Amino acid sequence: MEPKEYRQRVKRLEPPRPIARNALWAFVVGGIICLIGQVVQSVLMAAGYNQETVKAPTSIIMVLLGALATAFGIYDRIAKFGGMGANLPITGFSNAVVAPAMEFKQEGPIMGTGARIFQIAGPVIAYGVLTAFVVGLLRFAIMGGKP
Amino acid sequence: MSYLLAFLVGGALCLLAQLVMDLTKATAAEILVGSVMLGAIAAGFGLYEPFAKFAGAGATVPLPGFGFSLVSGLIKEMPKEGWVALFSGAFKATGAGIKAALIFGIIASYVTRARA
Repeated sequence: MEPKEYRQRVKRLEPPRPIARNALWAFVVGGIICLIGQVVQSVLMAAGYNQETVKAPTSIIMVLLGALATAFGIYDRIAKFGGMGANLPITGFSNAVVAPAMEFKQEGPIMGTGARIFQIAGPVIAYGVLTAFVVGLLRFAIMGGKP
Repeated sequence: MSYLLAFLVGGALCLLAQLVMDLTKATAAEILVGSVMLGAIAAGFGLYEPFAKFAGAGATVPLPGFGFSLVSGLIKEMPKEGWVALFSGAFKATGAGIKAALIFGIIASYVTRARA
């Protein structure tokens, strides 16, 4: 069989991706996680944090919730149907750090947990920092460091 | 009202990311990296701050909000630290979340049994 013909046959036999259903679940799961984030933020602000100081503790609590759900094996199940709804929020970032840290424990605390902990978070942080650097450099050049 | 907005906007961002994943050949990791970069670029143009004011956690909890925090931390430090802020500023606002994830990750690796 010609490679081209083969690819066409594979494409025909491939089950169609449930695009609408995936999108709906991503919306629902992502929405609920952001709603929880809003609740956490409101509770903290009622406890005396202001618009600026509330950001860090909100992140910490959301990361904690993501880490707990990961440790108890719940987050993987949510991510299975939630897809990007589970991966895109900060709880998914937490999951991306905690899950490999747990999974690669057998390879030792240094090259297992220590090295793999950044498997997914590493690229996100690296390119995020690079982009922020370039954006900041351009703003610095154009606006001279004014906020 | 703020709860509804957080749900709708946060959900919509996740829906968009899911559509990109299903309709293109992009992997999950590529989408996550791309969203942080997009958030950082939008923040550079001053677009993300009003978006975050409008949608609250719906804008700050998804990963583009992480890109926004990287840039806004850097911009806020500029008047005080000048060019040094280009290197020191990005983790000012995001450090807490990253450190929390690392600490909880290491603790979780110790207290959970390795799954086969």
